[in-house]
Amino acid sequence: MTATPDSSRAYLIKGAAIGGGARTDLLVRDGVIAETGTGLAAAGATVIDADGLVALPGLVDLHTHLREPGREDAETVETGSRAAALGGFTAVHAMANSSPVADTAGVVEQVFTLGRKAGWTDVRPVGAVTVGLAGERLAELGAMADSRARVRVFSDDGMCVHDPVLMRRALEYVKAFDGVIAQHAQEPRLTDGAQMNEGAVSAVLGMTGWPAVAEESIIARDVLLAQHVDSRLHVCHVSTAGSVEIIRWAKQRGIKVTAEVTPHHLWLTDELVRSYDPVYKVNPPLRTDEDVKALRAGLADGTIDIIGTDHAPHPSEAKECEWAQAAMGMTGLETALSVVQHTMIESGLMGWDDFARVTSTAPARIGQLAGHGQPVASGSAANVTLVDPSARWTVDPHQMATMGRNSPFAGRELPGRVVATFYRGHPTVLDGRLNTPLVSEGEQH
Amino acid sequence: MRHLLSTEDLDKADAIRILDTAEEMAAVSDREVKKLPVLRGRTVVNLFFEDSTRTRISFEAAAKRLSADVINFAAKGSSVSKGESLKDTAQTLEAMGADAVVIRHWASGAPARLAASDWIDAAVVNAGDGTHEHPTQALLDAFTMRRNWARINGTASAGTDLSGMKVAIVGDVLHSRVARSNLWLLRTLGADLTLVAPPTLLPVGVEQWPCSVSYDLDETLATGPHAVMMLRVQGERMNAAFFPSTREYSRRWGFDDRRLAALDAAGARETIIMHPGPMNRGLEISAAAADSPRSTVLQQVRNGVSVRMAALYLLLSGESSSAAPTQEAQR
Amino acid sequence: MNMPGAASPQSSRVVLAEADIDRALTRIAHEILEANKGSQDLVLLGIPRRGYPLARRLAAKIEAADGTAKAGEITGQLDVTMFRDDLKRQPTRAPLPTQLPASGIDNKVVVLVDDVLYSGRTIRAALDALVDLGRPRIVRLAVLVDRGHRELPIRADHVGKNLPTSSVEKVRVRLAETDSVDGAPVNEVVIEDWSA
Repeated sequence: MTATPDSSRAYLIKGAAIGGGARTDLLVRDGVIAETGTGLAAAGATVIDADGLVALPGLVDLHTHLREPGREDAETVETGSRAAALGGFTAVHAMANSSPVADTAGVVEQVFTLGRKAGWTDVRPVGAVTVGLAGERLAELGAMADSRARVRVFSDDGMCVHDPVLMRRALEYVKAFDGVIAQHAQEPRLTDGAQMNEGAVSAVLGMTGWPAVAEESIIARDVLLAQHVDSRLHVCHVSTAGSVEIIRWAKQRGIKVTAEVTPHHLWLTDELVRSYDPVYKVNPPLRTDEDVKALRAGLADGTIDIIGTDHAPHPSEAKECEWAQAAMGMTGLETALSVVQHTMIESGLMGWDDFARVTSTAPARIGQLAGHGQPVASGSAANVTLVDPSARWTVDPHQMATMGRNSPFAGRELPGRVVATFYRGHPTVLDGRLNTPLVSEGEQH
Repeated sequence: MRHLLSTEDLDKADAIRILDTAEEMAAVSDREVKKLPVLRGRTVVNLFFEDSTRTRISFEAAAKRLSADVINFAAKGSSVSKGESLKDTAQTLEAMGADAVVIRHWASGAPARLAASDWIDAAVVNAGDGTHEHPTQALLDAFTMRRNWARINGTASAGTDLSGMKVAIVGDVLHSRVARSNLWLLRTLGADLTLVAPPTLLPVGVEQWPCSVSYDLDETLATGPHAVMMLRVQGERMNAAFFPSTREYSRRWGFDDRRLAALDAAGARETIIMHPGPMNRGLEISAAAADSPRSTVLQQVRNGVSVRMAALYLLLSGESSSAAPTQEAQR
Repeated sequence: MNMPGAASPQSSRVVLAEADIDRALTRIAHEILEANKGSQDLVLLGIPRRGYPLARRLAAKIEAADGTAKAGEITGQLDVTMFRDDLKRQPTRAPLPTQLPASGIDNKVVVLVDDVLYSGRTIRAALDALVDLGRPRIVRLAVLVDRGHRELPIRADHVGKNLPTSSVEKVRVRLAETDSVDGAPVNEVVIEDWSA
């Protein structure tokens, strides 16, 4: 590699459909989209034939578990960000439940630096709301916000900030630096020992149920708190029809709430648990068909703002066991685009413009993320994903870049394939395969 | 049948075949030579992740009467971090040449997990998993009910089902694998089931089950059930606020002397009182009820061996599992 | 062996008709009485399925000829399913009831009755089953048809008809108690040619 940074090379993308619309050429140079139009030419630029491809703003995930530091047997920043690039993501938010917990400026800066070094995608750490995710006292939110990692999203994800006073204080406090609290809504007493959605299937399977009300009661409380203190609230992985209703009501009242749904909750239901295969064990649990329908409708009408993958890789032994002993979580980075295409676009509920909004524009806005979520237009940062919507592929977890083999979509045929991912003007993915990472300034070999 | 995991997957022909075979096994148990050579050279492993001496010795007696070799494996470590995983344990048993694994596990679905995995080729028999199912218990209950029902109707039990029989199952349905297994089997055999429990001890979703539900034991007893099965109630449920006190539970949902007398007074002479054991005398069942001639508790224990012999025989005697059982004799 | 109804044979011919069967059974009944010097201590155990109706027919003829024996009191059924040596090679079979006469079999003269004697393996299983039930004084064997091809040192004491067959042929015994053709009960013995 030469001394010239990768991002200074030029790429001419020919004939991509922007947001699924008109076919346009894109000239990517010096990390930005330098020019758009038809019949573009640029001497020395690498030409990429994008005939039949859709150009999207690079995907932004507000909810990723990269496991490092502490659980490098499950995933590392390197492997997780490779998976992100292959999934079309140019930025991911690494959740705070690492070991040690990302509850200090030191840990978030470590994660941030690892992400930069890996160079496959922006890695934005999420800071813990409470020290050690213990739900007892606030972590140093300001220090994390001021750190080099510039943390703006705070979450105890995996745990609920269930103490109402603590939640109120957190919502208030982050206003000082325009942060947002991303709540994992799960009333702990109502979900003591819970294994799966509580309903007809749990009754038959003899598993402790996880009632919808355990999620909905926390969301109801939190939107009222957010209204009271006039703060921003983000609700992670909404999973029930009731939650959608409460959020819809809150938005109508002007409460500053945003909400996220995972790709798997848009498709899978608790019927799959009948197999007792822990690949379907996840938090929040897979719900019913009625919930799936409400989540899709909520995403389509804007009640739910974004897709968050909740990518949660686990080592195989954490899933090759009894259901009750298995870890909760599913991988998602490399299947998110296809699953959303299947559930939302091919079902006619959304177009590619909406897709760009829920996977890029809105999450970048919620995460206060500069340089992401911009329209595919000249002058924007060159975070661009090229998708072949007509491709079909069969999910094989062993072929994935993530270390996690726990994909609930294994064996399913999905539509849509990420052909190329441009991260700050550099193709991290080309021809559907990993290319090279972006070598940042000052970190060249 | 490849495995016996749940009564929900048993169709009527399967269920009656098991019960009829159990009748023949019961006849063997009355002979001087109580042993059959059918499973000679086969190995049955009792893999118990949870203590249950009664169930284990019942399976052990059943396997031995069929001449199988029996290995008892008590794997008690239950925490995630300690002890061997289910996968490693299963593969160890496979390497030892187990033909059947009889598994008792505290986690719902563990036998299904074992059967569906590629960790093991052996037939898997669910001997009770968490709060899910306990199919051989339900089969022995059905066997006991069928004999009593046939006696009432003056017929032989072989080949018959339970249509027309009214059964009540009373107590902690929420946590009961016995109740769930009985639910499906009684439906398949055509009995009319009522579950009686405090509302806190019924699962959300029970309204979709093929049975009636009542909160009132006296009302249900007044309808003249032919069998009343009392479920064991664990005292610790009280601490989790499922009911206020054992005294109140016993008064409202226990089979006490007053209810026994009411049954006698109502002339319900044929009604049997069942219990899967072990009983909490004075809580869900009074001593007088447990020891009355109506009680089938010991019959149930005896029938347990016959039913388990039948299950092991039908699972292990044939050629490769996929073929359907047939009565066509060939010579 | 072929599953019934799975295909059809090349050809089939009736080798014993109803009257032939009846005559054969009458002769066997007399032979049994003669060999036993009367009906004393006699027990007839039919092997399911078709051995049992044959045992009942023989017992009725014995009662008619002898006058002292009561057919219902000397007949029983002996299920050999769980003593077979081919359990692992066959689909699982549910056992059928074993019913012994009230007098038991200890010190009795037990005549095992079956429809067709072929390899001899069923009879070996029956002998094992008998051992677990008691100790007869003598065990004899009566069969309606002996088609040869023995695989064990077993022979019948009383044979209705010896039928030399090839191994691609099947011998089918149909009895009114267990079989019907087109809805009508039949009594016949048929040889089917299953050569391909």
